[in-house]
Amino acid sequence: MRVALMATCVNDAMFPETPKAVLRLLRRLGIDVDFPEAQTCCGQPMVNTGYLDEAVPAVRTYVDAFAGYDAIVTPSGSCAGSARHQHTLVARRSGDPALERAVEQTSPRTYELSEFLVDVVGVADVGAYFPHRVTYHPTCHSLRMLGVGDRPYQLLRAVRGLTLVDLPAASECCGFGGTFAMKNADTSVAMGADKARHVRDTSAEVLVAGDNSCLMHIGGLLSRERSGVRVMHLAEILAQTEDEPAVRI
Amino acid sequence: MTARGAVVHWARDAADANRVIVDVARTHAVDEVVKVKSMVTQEIDLNGALADAGIAAWETDLAELIVQLGDDLPSHILVPAIHRNRAEIREIFLRRMHEVGRPAPTELTDEPVVLAAAAREHLREKFLRARMAVSGANFAVADTGTLVVVESEGNGRMCLTLPEVLVSVVGIEKVVPTFAELDSLLRLLPRSSTGERMNPYTSMWTGVTPGDGPQEVHVVLLDNGRTRALADEVGRQALRCIRCSACLNVCPVYERVGGHAYGSVYPGPIGAILNPLLKGTGDPQTDSLPYASSLCGACFEVCPVRIDIPEVLVHLRTQVVDARRDDSVPKPEAVAMRAAGYAFGNARRLRWAERVSGLAGRALTRFGRSRLPGGRAAAGRLPGPGAAWTGARDLPAPPRESFRAWWRRTKGGRVDE
Repeated sequence: MRVALMATCVNDAMFPETPKAVLRLLRRLGIDVDFPEAQTCCGQPMVNTGYLDEAVPAVRTYVDAFAGYDAIVTPSGSCAGSARHQHTLVARRSGDPALERAVEQTSPRTYELSEFLVDVVGVADVGAYFPHRVTYHPTCHSLRMLGVGDRPYQLLRAVRGLTLVDLPAASECCGFGGTFAMKNADTSVAMGADKARHVRDTSAEVLVAGDNSCLMHIGGLLSRERSGVRVMHLAEILAQTEDEPAVRI
Repeated sequence: MTARGAVVHWARDAADANRVIVDVARTHAVDEVVKVKSMVTQEIDLNGALADAGIAAWETDLAELIVQLGDDLPSHILVPAIHRNRAEIREIFLRRMHEVGRPAPTELTDEPVVLAAAAREHLREKFLRARMAVSGANFAVADTGTLVVVESEGNGRMCLTLPEVLVSVVGIEKVVPTFAELDSLLRLLPRSSTGERMNPYTSMWTGVTPGDGPQEVHVVLLDNGRTRALADEVGRQALRCIRCSACLNVCPVYERVGGHAYGSVYPGPIGAILNPLLKGTGDPQTDSLPYASSLCGACFEVCPVRIDIPEVLVHLRTQVVDARRDDSVPKPEAVAMRAAGYAFGNARRLRWAERVSGLAGRALTRFGRSRLPGGRAAAGRLPGPGAAWTGARDLPAPPRESFRAWWRRTKGGRVDE
């Protein structure tokens, strides 16, 4: 099986440790994963703000970069959701039937990390070790657009040493919402402040999620509040083993 | 409807509908009407039109009464006065009831049961006196010409049975073919709106029944943008809305900004799509509504008639953007999106942009005093557009090296770093 990593533009530019963790994790599981260097972005920032024409180059680049792979795995529920549910929209708008056909090939082969591990690889226990108290925030697009269900919990419960505590009101949006975080900053912050309060209520050392964008928002608030709570991507926790604790807390 | 003795009117817009209703009122020389709680009459601002014609419109739903007496606007589809507490309601009753009818008792407390009793006494006088009523309709059954109103207090039924003349304003999307479709809708509505298995007061009426209820019945079938919404292939699903308000109750944005922020009688997620669909783009307030969402999808999850609100929101954002594509001076946002579209057009351009951000990161790492838990450098408060983010949130500094730069340098982590 030829597997490609879609790093996502946000991870590529802002959180390179996350795609690195995906590589480490998948290689440990015996999966050779490629990073097609031609990739850029799924196009979601433009689509969700209403700039469909501006998203066409990104979608075109996406289908070109990932053509021929059996599976495209990404550490982002939001970007996987965009590839699966928005690319058709953009391709149709472009008026290019070839692009539409190419999207039909890449869209269904795009998987969010927890989906890929549980459904495609067929593992819940990836041999990780992370001896900390952790709470999990299911990001909206993972939860509702993709329906990843309890897959991230299955993965986390199998991590040795990890104490998983329930996050109150877990399914409520953190308020990031892409450009919403800037266009409606006050509302976004009000939503995020409640999320941060729930996180603090768990007394967890680490907040984990499958989307660094949401974590950047919640983490930014937790940091400003001097809470001491650290945010980490699911991939970075799953990548750590007893022999290779990549990150010290 | 005509066969059963009702007079049917078509109204293209609010002005048309209001003219019909004012004409009926004038024909009967009434100077007041009682009203069943109705969204559609709010939509067309019937009360304002009647007031201009010297006719008083009395809201009879308890919450609508509170809103009307408070000279306020509804903030929720189902619970219009949810933004008021009981102390405020007591104050409104004491201050205003005597000006428009039976005064509130002087010993009025802010206990809900006492407040409800005061409203009951106040309204009873109006029910018994009014000769004309106005209602909306939750549903209209095509094959029998039956109209349906669903309510919780029974005040609507008083309006529908006591006066001599009844005018019902019905949005043309409310029509179902037969009673068979009504069956499932009448189960869905109370479950999704109030969590009840069955609605307390469901009234149905079909034209005129001699010797029973209003002896003159008018039905105003209202378009007011509905055919415009119907013409929108993605947006038309919003016309399935049964006004249950489930989407409001789960919306994290509505929860924090309240109903008034939507500037319309239809607030919350459904309002954010229904208003632009009915009115079209061009008005700044209406154009802002599709953006009043984080696209979290909670609304779609609870919608009993499966309106994909996030899909319609994004679709309407596209309309708002497209309407301004020919602006001589594009918005900064449009410029930024064009730049992003260009950078994401190929990886070489993106690499270049990331190198710039890496340099910024290097500067921040050097000079930034703020650290995220875990040790990463962060920007504290930034000036300019960055303030929208950093007013309340720290921002991680960009890393020195992007992932793709690392991949190139280390050949995918296969050579030593």
